[in-house]
Amino acid sequence: MVRLNLLLLAVLTVCALGLVAAQHKARKLFVEIEEGQERARNLEVEYGQLQLEASTWAMHTRVQRIASQTLHMRVPESGRIQVVPRSSATGTVKP
Amino acid sequence: MNFATSPVLELNLPVWRSRLLLLALFSGFAVLAGRAVYLQGLHNDFLQAKGESRYGRVIEISANRGRITDRNGEMLAVSTPVKSIWAIPDEVQLTQAQLDKLAALLEMPPKEISKRLGDSSRDFVFIKRQVSPEVADRVTEMHLRGLFQNREYRRYYPGGEVMAHMLGFTGAEDAGQEGIELAFQNHLAGKPGSRRVIRDRLGQIVEDVESIRAAQEGKDLALALDARIQSLAFSQLKNAILQHRAKAGGIVVLDVASGEVLALANYPTYNPNNRARLSGEQLRNRAVTDTFEPGSTLKPFTVAAALESGRVTPQTAIQTAPGSLTIGRATIRDAHAEGQLSVEQVIQKSSNVGAAKIALSLPAESMWNMFQSVGFGTVPHLGYPGEASGRVRPYKSWRPIEQATMSYGHGISVSLIQLARAYGIFARDGELLPLSFRRTDAPSVPQAVISPATARMVRHMLELAVQNDGTAPRARIMGYRVAGKTGTAHKEEHGVYAAHKYISSFAGFAPASNPRLVIAVMIDEPSNGQYYGGVVAAPVFARVMEGALRLLSVAPDAPMKPIELPPEGKEVKESV
Repeated sequence: MVRLNLLLLAVLTVCALGLVAAQHKARKLFVEIEEGQERARNLEVEYGQLQLEASTWAMHTRVQRIASQTLHMRVPESGRIQVVPRSSATGTVKP
Repeated sequence: MNFATSPVLELNLPVWRSRLLLLALFSGFAVLAGRAVYLQGLHNDFLQAKGESRYGRVIEISANRGRITDRNGEMLAVSTPVKSIWAIPDEVQLTQAQLDKLAALLEMPPKEISKRLGDSSRDFVFIKRQVSPEVADRVTEMHLRGLFQNREYRRYYPGGEVMAHMLGFTGAEDAGQEGIELAFQNHLAGKPGSRRVIRDRLGQIVEDVESIRAAQEGKDLALALDARIQSLAFSQLKNAILQHRAKAGGIVVLDVASGEVLALANYPTYNPNNRARLSGEQLRNRAVTDTFEPGSTLKPFTVAAALESGRVTPQTAIQTAPGSLTIGRATIRDAHAEGQLSVEQVIQKSSNVGAAKIALSLPAESMWNMFQSVGFGTVPHLGYPGEASGRVRPYKSWRPIEQATMSYGHGISVSLIQLARAYGIFARDGELLPLSFRRTDAPSVPQAVISPATARMVRHMLELAVQNDGTAPRARIMGYRVAGKTGTAHKEEHGVYAAHKYISSFAGFAPASNPRLVIAVMIDEPSNGQYYGGVVAAPVFARVMEGALRLLSVAPDAPMKPIELPPEGKEVKESV
């Protein structure tokens, strides 16, 4: 009888320690997932800011200005435009 | 020594003493048990709450406002987190050096900060709102007592003034106040949530207890707008307004196939990222909220009503000599007398007398029906704040002179977006499309207003109007067939027509063989000598149409030949 009780006590102690360990591990993992989510949020914010920046650099007015002033690009004159009709297209007019 | 016999054991004590001791011990236990029952059973709600407040926290989960993009995914409005810096004035003690450093960081005069902190009657003052996260971090590093930070959002508009009226803007709480931001507030706004968590000694969250309310991120919104066409339209409109020293103007570009609004711009405008000084003039989205008397741009609708009734054909002759028509006490005049004109030529030369004669041959009701069915006089229901309905008086109260003037767009008012939408019926074989500010994949259901045959006849007349013997040769573009109509109207001020104030407009579409885009332009009070719609508004139409068709890779339907304008002074002037 005493032996059985001692055995049960030992099992109980092991179980209890296991629970503590599992709980601790769970919390550690939880902290990790929280950190991961926080990072994801920050990256999301950064992504938004980068998109904003990309949009600002790619604004049509800016592209237009650089094209015409820095690169001296312009729309070709009428004589230098050649229209190539698609074989299936209708309504296109040969130049 | 004998321990078995002790004199103490031989003492004969009275029994009550041991009983008393036993009683005392048990009552002690009873008190402990009672206390335990009280704490564990009866009073435990309070204690649990106390305990939980030591480690449990309810934290807010922030939700972003949705982004607005154009039809190709280009960002037009993005919210990013910023900080607001606030203080409890009583707790703040700044040295002069700290104050100067703070002022330099926040780009504020030191006096302003001391003034805000000096108000000790309040226990909450904002020092500065919408501070960038980098600056806020450097303020945190100063470790100042009594200074706190809150997270808030700021919305950025990379397009600036170009898209200002279309998008509108949000207020300090990130809620829409104008334009699309207000119209789609429910769609864009996120709903912040909250959850209960357990924090450890270091402030780390170690366990999720429950989610009180799930956060709902704001949904992104893809507009029908094409950012490239929008900036093109805006810059051309701005140039024209500056060149003609006009007071204001607007332009609308619509997709004929889907009814989507590809561009909508107004001038004067404002920068939505910096709204320090704004006037109502700058804020108004004229194209949607303002109405004007369109003038001759309305003549095609009169002619369409007449063609529908079967009373005239495009070749029916109308006598417009001697260039004026007297109805009662009023006289309608043409810019110069033309003599006998066909219905086609009435549109081409924009003859008021001709349009009035056609109108007077019709019952008032059928003209009213035409205006009504293309959407004049009714709110367009775009969901945009402050949409104007325009004014079309009930036909029963029309006098003949009013019916005559309405035929060429006086005594009736429309908004620019209504005008553009109505021109869609000529571009689409008689069907009127509901407009959309959002990108749509499923085309909406059109509503037939006039017969396809009538629409094609009017389209042909509108093509004649941009030829050299029409009123708008400057609306032509190389490589495409264009159709459209000019309008020049005296401006109504305080109930009378101002003698030298005009509104010039042009509405049209291209390519005429298979229309893709409708563009309507309105310029308010051009005052640099020129005021005819064909000179002021038509070139804006042409430049924007040319660029937009190229951007959309629309196949040309006319030879690539340079446009030859009629010689100076030989242009057909339209009647005002």
